[in-house]
Amino acid sequence: MAQITLKALAHSYSPNPSGPEDYAIREMEHVWHQGGAYALLGPSGCGKSTLLNIISGLLTPSDGQVLFDDQVMNELAPEERNIAQVFQFPVVYDTMTVYDNLAFPLRNVGTSEAKVRERVAEVADVLELTSLLKRKARNLTADEKQKVSMGRGLVRDDVAAILFDEPLTVIDPQLKWKLRRKLKEIHERFNITMIYVTHDQLEASTFADKIAVMYEGQVVQFGTPRELFEVPAHTFVGYFIGSPGMNLVEVVRTEKGVRAGTVDLVLAPPLLNAIHQSRSRNIKLGIRPEFVKVLAEPGEGTYPVEIDNVQDLGTYRIVSFEFAGVPFRARLEEDQRLPERKAYIRFPEAWLSLYIDEFRVEVGQ
Amino acid sequence: MSLILENIDHVVNGATHIEGVNLELAPGSFNVLLGRTLAGKTTLMRIMAGLEPPTRGRVLMHGEDVTRKSVRKRNVSMVYQQFINYPALTVYDNIASPLKLARVPRAEIRRRVHETASMLHIEHLLDRYPAELSGGQQQRTAMGRALVKDADLILFDEPLVNLDYKLREEFREELRELFKARNCIAVYATTEPNEALALGGHTAVLHQGRLLQYGPTEDVYHRPRDVLTAEMFSEPPINVVPAIVSGSEVTFDRNVHFPLNQELAKLSPGQYQFGVRASHIGLERQAKDDLELEVRVDIAEISGSETFLHVRNELFHLVLHLTGVHEFAVDQPLKVYFPTHKIYAFDRHGDVVHIPARPGAH
Amino acid sequence: MNKVYNNRAWFLILPMLLLVAFSAIIPLMTVVNYSVQDVFDANTRFFTGTEWFEVMLNDSALQAALLRQFAFSFTILAIEVPLGIGIALLMPKRGWQASAVLILITLPLLIPWNVVGSIWQLFTRGDIGLMGVGIRELGYAYNITRNPADAWATIILMDVWHWTPLIALLCYSGLRSIPDAYYQAARIDRASKWAVFRYIQLPKLTNVLVIGVLLRFMHSFMIYAEPFVLTGGGPGSSTTFLSQSLTTMAIGQQDLGPSAAFSLIYFLIILLVCWVFYTAIMNSQKDKTTQGGA
Repeated sequence: MAQITLKALAHSYSPNPSGPEDYAIREMEHVWHQGGAYALLGPSGCGKSTLLNIISGLLTPSDGQVLFDDQVMNELAPEERNIAQVFQFPVVYDTMTVYDNLAFPLRNVGTSEAKVRERVAEVADVLELTSLLKRKARNLTADEKQKVSMGRGLVRDDVAAILFDEPLTVIDPQLKWKLRRKLKEIHERFNITMIYVTHDQLEASTFADKIAVMYEGQVVQFGTPRELFEVPAHTFVGYFIGSPGMNLVEVVRTEKGVRAGTVDLVLAPPLLNAIHQSRSRNIKLGIRPEFVKVLAEPGEGTYPVEIDNVQDLGTYRIVSFEFAGVPFRARLEEDQRLPERKAYIRFPEAWLSLYIDEFRVEVGQ
Repeated sequence: MSLILENIDHVVNGATHIEGVNLELAPGSFNVLLGRTLAGKTTLMRIMAGLEPPTRGRVLMHGEDVTRKSVRKRNVSMVYQQFINYPALTVYDNIASPLKLARVPRAEIRRRVHETASMLHIEHLLDRYPAELSGGQQQRTAMGRALVKDADLILFDEPLVNLDYKLREEFREELRELFKARNCIAVYATTEPNEALALGGHTAVLHQGRLLQYGPTEDVYHRPRDVLTAEMFSEPPINVVPAIVSGSEVTFDRNVHFPLNQELAKLSPGQYQFGVRASHIGLERQAKDDLELEVRVDIAEISGSETFLHVRNELFHLVLHLTGVHEFAVDQPLKVYFPTHKIYAFDRHGDVVHIPARPGAH
Repeated sequence: MNKVYNNRAWFLILPMLLLVAFSAIIPLMTVVNYSVQDVFDANTRFFTGTEWFEVMLNDSALQAALLRQFAFSFTILAIEVPLGIGIALLMPKRGWQASAVLILITLPLLIPWNVVGSIWQLFTRGDIGLMGVGIRELGYAYNITRNPADAWATIILMDVWHWTPLIALLCYSGLRSIPDAYYQAARIDRASKWAVFRYIQLPKLTNVLVIGVLLRFMHSFMIYAEPFVLTGGGPGSSTTFLSQSLTTMAIGQQDLGPSAAFSLIYFLIILLVCWVFYTAIMNSQKDKTTQGGA
């Protein structure tokens, strides 16, 4: 049981890093609280696997510290860290039975057989493996194997955290949600810190209470699934979360207002002020397709657009059009009327996000 | 060029892989083969391509019987799940390879490779080798090879499975555009109903080697012929609950009764299966006659901008598809609302007997 | 049900059939033919039935050779397999060292059988051979032409030197194919080095080891050139293995009938041992529901 703290942590695979681009992990501060269900989400190559290996001890960070509670872990090997890990491809000891697999981590440290029996029975029960205990591990299906490798982490009562590295990759789509549910159940029952690494937004947000979104070696947002959707802290989070992702448009200051491409924007005073106070040249406005209003008639704060394409996705539609020279999308419910070609769009203020140098700036109302 | 499959059966070692498939694909059409793993999608594609002759039945291409004609003599290309390219050739030579085999003049090859590459946004990569490309770029190269030769028939066997979902989104949109101007028949196999919807065109729903329904994609989705088609072509799957219609009311969940509304009034008394789409069940009352059901939360699956809420009570398990992110605790009690005017009714054999009117239809 | 569309396809396997016929079936049938007849000259032959088989099975010299053969094959397997695994485990995993060690290890495999015999014959000579002289310097009267134990030990040593690299190479490739995740999982499970070997490396090596052991068994059972060159089967007949007995009989004494019968027995023994071994290994991988953990 432990709180995991990353203190001024950074990692570079090259011995003499010269710039930030040489770092797989850029300097970060981060705390994973005891008992939390966390996800580490990002596209391939964002540094999430590197970070995972640093936490589990398979990799020693080049800078900074990894702390479990108050103890510095940098130099400790994985076996000394009380960490369990579930890998992308199920790792089971083929020649052993399921029972022996589950007992293995306990027997390695000389646990009494009576205790082993008790722990294995408990874990097998939770994971619904009881009927398979006498089977050889090699003959199991992928999802059963993955449950066994999860079980090997759960039997130990000294485990500080369980790390999951894309554990559902090889599981049949129809079984995935069952395993996800199982994971949640286990988390609630065992009160263990769990960190789940994935590139899939569905898996991250289903499993985790809080998600760390990684992009180019940095955690760009650490928040609940709801926060990632409603208030993305970085343009990448806006793009990466949600299908389709957030609409983003670059804006420039003009004498009196703000312009996007050739369109003069009508913005509320606080937002306008925030943009005018900034010195940056990289200013963007973002709004999710779910929040763009598409109207048939012009009104206050509307902009005319020409609809390029309508995708009927069954119970909703995605409308694409060009706004200020960039492609925009809006989501329409199925019973909403859709204008033929010319439409008017409006951006409700509450859902409009301001990004300066790619990071979100909170604007007071 | 039209492609007709006539009474196709395919049996391998006594196991039936394809049974009684009749399908007619129009020239220039984009067709999606939708079905779960082992539904027979790949087998059917192999038969269309001529990689495998069917056990029974005929394949007609532009009126000509090509059932026994080898794939080498047909003008077909195929893109696979795995990114298959020649590792020792550059992207340029990979894309040019089918043209070189066909002895197309050099200048013509150059023109067409560049045209195809720019269409697929890989023109800047032409000098690279496949190993130096990302997964998405490798698949673009493989697609380039398939597109460059002006095939009569292009087959895609789940080409996006191995890409992450942001790339899939981009690809889907591009594919629709790519095929708008082409006159070849495209066939695209997928396991994902939402991919079929996003791609549009026509959809054939396959299940256990049989063709359930074929037609314009929206039509198949909104007007499924039977309960199986409705289930196969919806993600999350349409909720199906048993219901009894008697005289003037409907009973399901044993103690939930509601009066037959105008639309359902034409149903004769008996047993039915009622289907309601996951996105039509809500957490708030939408209409006066919505049915209130008390349930408990199984799990809320959140997909960035959407929530798939699994709920259950003693009799059934329902899935709700909610827009936005909603958080629920496991086992939390909840009230959900079931719209009585958006119900599909299927008879005892599973055939559809009532389709709800679409409010937004145009 | 499953219809054959084109019978002409069968012609495609005709070359293969012919090849097998010439390389295996026809020679084998010739041997079978000889084994049941007594041939005097081109025109005179008698059918003898199983007579030659009985004679051969009762021949004490051959029985002794067979026993020696088994002793030899099992001894070298017992040494080469663990040694090969051990070497493979110690080999560097990557970098130039890995390539260098691989080349060094492979060297003995490149030397032809009879040359190996000659090399060792020179190597072990008491007057000029490095090993022969060396051992004598240590005070032991080493002599492979006089002392059967010395001859045996030398032949085994020679075989181990010649063929352990094969096992080591097979195991090395087997070990390389184990994904890193297995080692990582084992570290996290706090498994000892021995447990890693016993539960990860050895199970993953089973398949290559089956191939290695079968190859080495068949090979060693047919061993001929090396001992023939090194000891000539002596002293006495202490290192006369099966193939040498057979050759002496067939070529030296022109006893075609008995040697044909013996060839068949020989063939069947190898087949039988391989089959038993293979079946045993495959069975051990199956699920035994009776075998429980608790």
